[in-house]
Amino acid sequence: MADNTAIEEIANREYEHGFVTEIEEDRIPPGLTEDTVRLISSKKNEPEWLLDWRLKALRRFLEMLEADREPTWAQVTYPKIDYQSIVYYAAPKQTKTVESLDEIDPELLRTYEKLGIPLVEQQRLSGVAVDAVFDSVSVATTFKEELEKQGIVFCSFSDAVKEHPELVRRYLGSVVPYSDNFFACLNSAVFSDGSFAYIPKGVRCPMELSTYFRINSAGTGQFERTLLVADEGASVSYLEGCTAPMRDENQLHAAVVELVALDDAAIKYSTVQNWYPGDKNGKGGIYNFVTKRGACRGRRSKISWTQVETGSAITWKYPSCILQGDDSVGEFYSVAVTNNRQQADTGTKMLHIGRNTKSTIISKGISAGRGQQSYRGLVRIGPKAHGARNYSQCDSLLLGDQCGAHTFPYLEVKNASATVEHEATTSKIGEDQLFYCRQRGISEEDAVSMIVNGFCKEVLRELPMEFAVEAQNLLGISLEGSVG
Amino acid sequence: MLEIQNLHARAGENEILKGIDLSVGAGEVHALMGPNGSGKSTLANVLAGQPSVEVTEGSVLYCGRDLLAMAPEERAREGVFLAFQYPVEIPGVTNSYFLKASVNALRKHRGEEELDAIDFLELVRDRMKAVEMDEKFLSRAINEGFSGGEKKRNEILQMALLEPRLAVLDETDSGLDIDALRIVADGVNHLRRRDRGMLVITHYQRLLEYIVPDRVHVLTEGRIAASGGKELALELEQRGYGWLEKEPEGAAAG
Repeated sequence: MADNTAIEEIANREYEHGFVTEIEEDRIPPGLTEDTVRLISSKKNEPEWLLDWRLKALRRFLEMLEADREPTWAQVTYPKIDYQSIVYYAAPKQTKTVESLDEIDPELLRTYEKLGIPLVEQQRLSGVAVDAVFDSVSVATTFKEELEKQGIVFCSFSDAVKEHPELVRRYLGSVVPYSDNFFACLNSAVFSDGSFAYIPKGVRCPMELSTYFRINSAGTGQFERTLLVADEGASVSYLEGCTAPMRDENQLHAAVVELVALDDAAIKYSTVQNWYPGDKNGKGGIYNFVTKRGACRGRRSKISWTQVETGSAITWKYPSCILQGDDSVGEFYSVAVTNNRQQADTGTKMLHIGRNTKSTIISKGISAGRGQQSYRGLVRIGPKAHGARNYSQCDSLLLGDQCGAHTFPYLEVKNASATVEHEATTSKIGEDQLFYCRQRGISEEDAVSMIVNGFCKEVLRELPMEFAVEAQNLLGISLEGSVG
Repeated sequence: MLEIQNLHARAGENEILKGIDLSVGAGEVHALMGPNGSGKSTLANVLAGQPSVEVTEGSVLYCGRDLLAMAPEERAREGVFLAFQYPVEIPGVTNSYFLKASVNALRKHRGEEELDAIDFLELVRDRMKAVEMDEKFLSRAINEGFSGGEKKRNEILQMALLEPRLAVLDETDSGLDIDALRIVADGVNHLRRRDRGMLVITHYQRLLEYIVPDRVHVLTEGRIAASGGKELALELEQRGYGWLEKEPEGAAAG
């Protein structure tokens, strides 16, 4: 039978970003009470309105927790999370406000350098502005001044609260209300930092904006919040990357991302998610329970989500679009990989409200090892969405025979003039495909990588160049070898 | 160059090859004929190292080395080429990407410098002319949406690119119209060389009008039932395979 040794070797390859940064940290005791929220808020010198908002969220969350309302409908299983044992705030110790990168702990700079995200001026990635979030806080944002010249605001969420309170107040929670769902509610109460961007009227952001999230501290959760607003006629491409050390315990990451696109605005949001997935027996790894939603508020606005999800022990994530403005467009391109014991329940919601709204869903799921994966998607065409159109395509690729792929497409059409198409396929990576490649001198690992990248091509080509290469490599690393 | 001795092989529960002896020398073209289910493709797959076929007995020497001990990709890199009967489709992977990866895997193995995109394009364009393939096939996914004839021509193109020492063609002629057959045969004849051995598996004598073999072997029920010169193919055309199946013990081994 098939020679699996090469494969196993690769499957057992270590997670590349699993190192821990030794750094002195400011860390609050575990537990979740009103005091916790007040403490986080005071550490950030937040205004009263934001604290109130957090407290409302907390009360709501505690009610839900009490009533045991943690969602169970997703096709994932994990032991009950003890929300009182999590540390909700951990940050590198810093005695004063940092004015320039020179004042940042060199250990932190080294960490990002190691991750391939150099922050110091001489080595910065050209054409990409980076906000670096380390555990609970943003440690640096590059190209801030250059962007300001065009009126673009790109900074940590905390800075935005201080410097642009009117914008934050206007849009925070306007797409994902604090009461939206269990995890979003938790996030609203305890979120510590994240990125904020505002692109003013008519401005096309001249470079990619990006946030690199790093969980470092043990026993903590990461709860960041990202808010992007593209004003009329503005456009922006935003990238997000994530990694975490290898630890035996599971860590919770419950983020919220809100996007707002006004008339003729366009937002492209790309994610390469590579949180620590746990070891091959399913020990450790990140629980990635994330709410991402974009509102196409304006006419002819467009929001496009592209995600490559290779990490996390469990992924629970549905980047969605509310297509409110007439002629607005929503897109969702996704590649999700589950290997070993990873589980993913991911998909999207396209809510068509305005006339002639259009959405496209391309989902590519790859399962290997004992990975379990579900695509869950909702397409809702409202009664006023005349001429709305949706096209959905969900393809699953299985490597081996111990993994699983499931598809749950939900469809609600309340307007007869709408056009909705759905296609779904499931295939196994063929022994015959592998053999064909090997007969042409291509190694088994290269063959798997080639076949998988071919399978994902429609999604990968949506990624900005810098990320496409990284994504292809990641797919190779996280997958090859799982043919059984 | 190729010496097969007492080869037994099974696919699943069934023993398909029941003791094959066959030698192909450098510069020779051997034709392997036989009815459906006689084991022709199984033999081709054993030579290429298809993992689902299990060799239970016997040996295969290739240029003095134990072929059966080599992984499929190693065989390919050492010059063993199989033109598949049913070339697979690989969606999303362009033909040019695949061909370049393949050519460079072999070059690397030989310690030669890998070809860059420009050099590769030059090489592949030249070879494509020989098999009368349009360049548009380079940017299409491997075999996806190719007609039967296009797939077979693509196999011959790969053979021309990889310049194997031992080429095994598994029913490359089946399903081809006369024009495609001529193109495929031209491609093969073009590659005939003193240091290259070929095993051409076919169901019909027709192909052998274009590719004149040095030896013809007939496989029935997992054994070589007869071997001879090119006239054996003509005899088979007239008499069919029936007379061989009834008296296999009277046949000479190759």
